[in-house]
Amino acid sequence: MIIEFGHFALILALLVAAFQTVVPAWGARVRDARLMAVAEPAAVSQFFLLLIAFFALMHAYVTSDFSVANVAINSHSTKPLIYKMSGVWGNHEGSMLLWVLILALFGAAVAVFGNNLPSTLKANVLAVQASIAWAFLLFILLTSDPFVRMIPAPADGQGLNPILQDPALSFHPPFLYTGYVGFSIAFSFAIAALIEGRIDAAWARWVRPWTLAAWMFLTIGIAMGSWWAYYELGWGGWWFWDPVENASFMPWLAGTALLHSALVMEKREALKVWTILLAILTFSLSLMGAFIVRSGVLTSVHSFAVDPERGVFILAIMVLFTGGGLALFALRAKDMRIGGLFAPISREGSLVLNNLLLVTATATVLIGTLYPLILEGVTGDKISVGPPFFNMTFGPLMLPLLLALPFGPLLAWKRGDLLAVGQRLMFAAVAALFVVVVIYAVDHRGPWMAPFGIALGVFVMAGAITEWASRIKLGSASREEVVRRAVNLPRSSYGTLLAHFGVGLMVVGIVGTSAYQSERILVMKPGDTVSIAGYDLVFKGAAPNRGPNYREDIARFDVTRGGAPVTTLEPSKRLYDAPPQPTTEAGIYASWAGDLYVVMGDEQQGDGYAVRAYFNPLVRFIWLGTLIMFFGGGISLSDRRLRIGAPMKSRRAHPIAAE
Amino acid sequence: MTRKQKRGVLIGSGVATLTVAAIMVLFALKDSVVFFHTPSDIIEKAVPAGERIRLGGLVAKGSVVRGEGTTVSFKVTDTLKDIPVTFTGVLPDLFREGQGVVTEGKLDAAGVFSADTVLAKHDENYMPPEVAKSLEARGVKLGGSAHPEDKAN
Repeated sequence: MIIEFGHFALILALLVAAFQTVVPAWGARVRDARLMAVAEPAAVSQFFLLLIAFFALMHAYVTSDFSVANVAINSHSTKPLIYKMSGVWGNHEGSMLLWVLILALFGAAVAVFGNNLPSTLKANVLAVQASIAWAFLLFILLTSDPFVRMIPAPADGQGLNPILQDPALSFHPPFLYTGYVGFSIAFSFAIAALIEGRIDAAWARWVRPWTLAAWMFLTIGIAMGSWWAYYELGWGGWWFWDPVENASFMPWLAGTALLHSALVMEKREALKVWTILLAILTFSLSLMGAFIVRSGVLTSVHSFAVDPERGVFILAIMVLFTGGGLALFALRAKDMRIGGLFAPISREGSLVLNNLLLVTATATVLIGTLYPLILEGVTGDKISVGPPFFNMTFGPLMLPLLLALPFGPLLAWKRGDLLAVGQRLMFAAVAALFVVVVIYAVDHRGPWMAPFGIALGVFVMAGAITEWASRIKLGSASREEVVRRAVNLPRSSYGTLLAHFGVGLMVVGIVGTSAYQSERILVMKPGDTVSIAGYDLVFKGAAPNRGPNYREDIARFDVTRGGAPVTTLEPSKRLYDAPPQPTTEAGIYASWAGDLYVVMGDEQQGDGYAVRAYFNPLVRFIWLGTLIMFFGGGISLSDRRLRIGAPMKSRRAHPIAAE
Repeated sequence: MTRKQKRGVLIGSGVATLTVAAIMVLFALKDSVVFFHTPSDIIEKAVPAGERIRLGGLVAKGSVVRGEGTTVSFKVTDTLKDIPVTFTGVLPDLFREGQGVVTEGKLDAAGVFSADTVLAKHDENYMPPEVAKSLEARGVKLGGSAHPEDKAN
């Protein structure tokens, strides 16, 4: 009964979305306040209807109602409760329901918190947002209905893919989707602005918090996915340039560019047309991500619904919104007035450089991801584009970006003094060079470039600290003045500083683990020892064990360093009951210096096991860096000036409010 | 600087960045693209030894032989032709006889494929789409769906 109720709510949501698309947009056109005003209750009720549908499905999962086909195929009665709940989005139909739920959540949030928006803009934004929701709801109801019954109901379900039964992965999709879908708001604002033919700095001020929120969640969502792949898949790596990883990474790159160009637009009224275009492109890349993941056109780790019909439907949605958005842009953009002027060496100039490099990087990732598809279509050749391609193209673009990063925030708006900024960054440059010297002096066995890569990360971090020091006049003003400035520095400035610091930390982690990873693969018998990166691992043998819904062989390794015991690692090989599928659980000992990572392979002839041991130096900094970026975004979002609904009065008058 | 010059700098740097990126992309594509072949392709097209390729098909039944240490040899078949493969390392969880597999590596002069990467999928009925398409094109009937991939290298 609850299922039918949920199904009904889903259909109602479709109707509400259709209503919300047409009526407010018409109202905005004929300037009828009553027609425009229906957008708000419609957006809120659309959200609640989808919430009902979502909880109806979750109820079916939690109570293991196998008369629902979706539950029967993707769940199992013995599964732990948390995975029953996360199982809702561990499959195609449920994850699409989550997708529209978040889409509606953002729409409802604009309706509720967007009191300061002009009424026509708000009506148009909510109408565009509803049109996206409508398209996806239609997609769900026609091709991917999660509420279909299965009569007779099977005695038990088929279970969730065991590698998805994992805490980090339970929360990875909701975060990732919040990021993906959050960019829909920027898109809706862009389309609404194009419809009205008017954009100004206020537009950027409204869009930026939403974009920032979406960016934060996408950042943490990608990081969680990467972390999961690292410890769960047992390959010892954390990023594989897999098509689906790229699908989430492209909107992130474009969204990062959008965040920065919207800043220029807000402060200086420049880059208006470009920002609108970026807003359209960013969400289009999100849609393309959905297409790549859902259609299975590209061979990937994640392609869990290979169905041509669905692929074509999502492709149609993508073409409609991307094509429609770009067509509207082409029609209207020429009418937009060009904004403020600036010298190439200026804060604006540095942000343009940031955009140029990020967007070019997005394009290279796009080419690498789609090239196999295009080539197969054209010549029929089947190819794969692997990590070497991305390392050769994406890497060189990040180099100037990271080098220029510390300069940007220190340059003045309009016209900056590069030399003076360079002098202020002396400390950061010295710190970076010091790192290079120390690495070479201690012991260096890796690639010659690696110490410079780590130094680059240190330069970015030290640059963030320099910026902070110079904003609070550390060393040049009195102590009271410094403290006062540190306290009064806007939260958005702290957010920027933290996010940039996090980027530097992440770079240190990426370079460290990529350049200095050590790996041993061998056959070990009980009593054998393997040495890696100064650790000695003694294999104590393997023993069978029974988990809640799997059997496993747990191996034991006693780890010592220079004779002193460090830890015991227990990697295992599991065989799940339903579906009967083996997985590998890595044994990981994490420390600041790096992770010791051990994976069990097959049992060999005799009583030996194939064993893979890695030492991944500094790998922890990758996720710590992204976490700091996430919190930086959050602190920035909590800034009064950015808060949705807060008075729009500028605090420029304040002596240090300048960003 | 005049307005025109400012715009010139902007456009110039944009064009320069895109040009450099385009050149990099072309070079990288030339060097790092890996072609996919089935065993029949390799024999018919006479793929030269030493070229980095992907070889996909089914692990031939009864062909898996464990050698010294972690070295394993097996045959990849598309039911028409077989190619012998050697691999040193830990095989993915779902590597099994009779199931789909994609390997990456090089052919040696003797026609043995020396793989450094083995990909298998987390599904009993899984068949890598490239393999399925090639086999279907050759009239071999197969079913299959995709599930998360498993990899070893």
